[in-house]
Amino acid sequence: MNEPKARTLFEKLWTRHVVQPATEDHPAVIYIDLHLIHEVTSPQAFDELRRKNIPLRRPDRTIATMDHSIPTLFDGDEPLYSDDKTRAQVDTLRTNCDEYGVRLYAMGETGQGIVHVIGPELGLTQPGRTIVCGDSHTSTHGAFGAWAFGIGTTEVGHVMATQSLLQRQPKTFEVRLDGRLATGVTAKDLILAVIREVGVDGGRGHVIEYTGSCIASLSMDERMTICNMSIEAGARAGLIAPDETTFTYLEGREFAPTGDGWAAAVADWRTLPTDAGARYDKSVTLDASRVKPMVTYGTNPGMSVSIDEAIPDPASRGEQAQAAASSQALEYMRMQPGESLVGKSVDVVFIGSCTNARLEDLRAAASLMKGRKVAPGVRVLVVPGSQEIKRRAVDEGLDRVFREAGAEWRDPGCSMCIAMNGDGVAAGELAVSTSNRNFEGRQGKGARTVLASPLTAAAAAIGGTIADPRELLD
Amino acid sequence: MEAFRKITSKTVVLPVDNVDTDQIIPARFLTITTKLGLGESLFADWRNDPEFVLNRPEAEGASILVAGENFGCGSSREHAPWALLDFGFRAVVSSSIADIFKNNAVKNGLVPVEVDAKAHRFLLENPGASVTVDLEACKLVLPDGGAAEFLLDGFARHCLMNGIDQLDFLLQQEEAIARFESTST
Repeated sequence: MNEPKARTLFEKLWTRHVVQPATEDHPAVIYIDLHLIHEVTSPQAFDELRRKNIPLRRPDRTIATMDHSIPTLFDGDEPLYSDDKTRAQVDTLRTNCDEYGVRLYAMGETGQGIVHVIGPELGLTQPGRTIVCGDSHTSTHGAFGAWAFGIGTTEVGHVMATQSLLQRQPKTFEVRLDGRLATGVTAKDLILAVIREVGVDGGRGHVIEYTGSCIASLSMDERMTICNMSIEAGARAGLIAPDETTFTYLEGREFAPTGDGWAAAVADWRTLPTDAGARYDKSVTLDASRVKPMVTYGTNPGMSVSIDEAIPDPASRGEQAQAAASSQALEYMRMQPGESLVGKSVDVVFIGSCTNARLEDLRAAASLMKGRKVAPGVRVLVVPGSQEIKRRAVDEGLDRVFREAGAEWRDPGCSMCIAMNGDGVAAGELAVSTSNRNFEGRQGKGARTVLASPLTAAAAAIGGTIADPRELLD
Repeated sequence: MEAFRKITSKTVVLPVDNVDTDQIIPARFLTITTKLGLGESLFADWRNDPEFVLNRPEAEGASILVAGENFGCGSSREHAPWALLDFGFRAVVSSSIADIFKNNAVKNGLVPVEVDAKAHRFLLENPGASVTVDLEACKLVLPDGGAAEFLLDGFARHCLMNGIDQLDFLLQQEEAIARFESTST
């Protein structure tokens, strides 16, 4: 008798969700367990339902939050919107959720926060699930062994109408990360190192599974940072096999299974990890113990160096269009090949986003800022990822650490990562940011973004220049 | 969605790799609740430069955009293809196009055309060349009559060629979806 075929985690997730297999004529129909929505990419999809007179198929599998365009500043209970358009967008989400019976975590309410922060926090993000959202950083939820990916607004409408999506099966890509991270080096540095290695399109057409002893040693907060940036390598999703760390994180959360259901769920989740002998379409291995704090110097997340490394020469990039893109990036960033980033004067520091606004990120930044002051002339924004993180940070006194240092402590939201809500970086200013994208103008027209870890961001806040955070560690 | 079989147009060339959706349509223009009028803000920040390709008279009337590799990377915002279409583009040609962008493009009648490196180089080096995107034959016909083949998922191609909304197909799967829900979840 033949042994059953060894399968990867992704292949198992795929098989479990096939409603109709693919044929030459059409892609597979894939069932979506959980649909997360927010104010920016859902209004046109709701309009489409209305126009076609189609009901929302599974309101019970749809969860809404407000995050992208909401203000992070309030006057008492009154949100200070940057303009009427953002206010109208937020109001539209509220009206749509009322009309279609969607549970909405509204601004200021317990449970509200950045969509990729609250899914896990509420226990909605579970191993084995398919999770989609009209947001490319949906890959974050893959940290739990869920197949989670970003979709456009038309597909948001497809899921609203049918709880399904049309998909061709992606290829699999193993990114093996062995060894322990050195002191002062974080998951953010590791994923930036991975993206530099595989390139910003290295994951195109593939679902990445992160494996290896380093990944196994990471906390859920750290694993989410890793999977979050899978899209910055162009991947269709990022995955980490569920293990004891995953189960411990989920147990007791609001929407996690309880009682006998919990034991049954865990037993099932244990069958998900990739079987011994299963094959990936491609693989790459990195020694995580050699990774140093990373900073970006250009205008995509693959253009990064170790903090002690010089900016490479664009002329060394082979293809003409590549070299052109690199030199355009350096011109935009006002950086020179051969120079170091250390010592560059910083105007803004942003600690937040779905990449790095969880409790461990805030603790890391606070550990460096405690008892120290923000350098004169530097504006520092600390934006917790959710109401729950805000509450816990306040309980631990982290808000006080940030405030006493001279940083602004804000309410949860995407804030300066996407700069839709008025929290922006001015033209020409240099920002050290814990977010995920250093694209031109991402944090405001003309803004120059250096992506870094919460530790490196905190070091920049204190020193007023880009600095190696390891020099501030006790 | 407007059906697409074949179009012939001169090209506009943006010889930059990794053009991300934040460039195609900056986030400050995403505060709308409709799809309308985004063409005005297409490449808004790059268009500040009077010499930017889209500001030049040669760009007038072109409906095929040629760009460097990995076009459309980054955010999943469908506002990017909406903006390109509203501006007047019907096809984007590159050696590679990011997954989510490609998926969003086909749902709106914007044809993603991924050609081989040789044809791509020719197009980058010859801005304004008159080319034909032939969806029926899955070929990009070059000015010298030569052609580069491109791949597009058969279902997406069928929908594009006939102006069919993919949702109609999914809605027809109701029975299978209900069956799946009753047994699996």
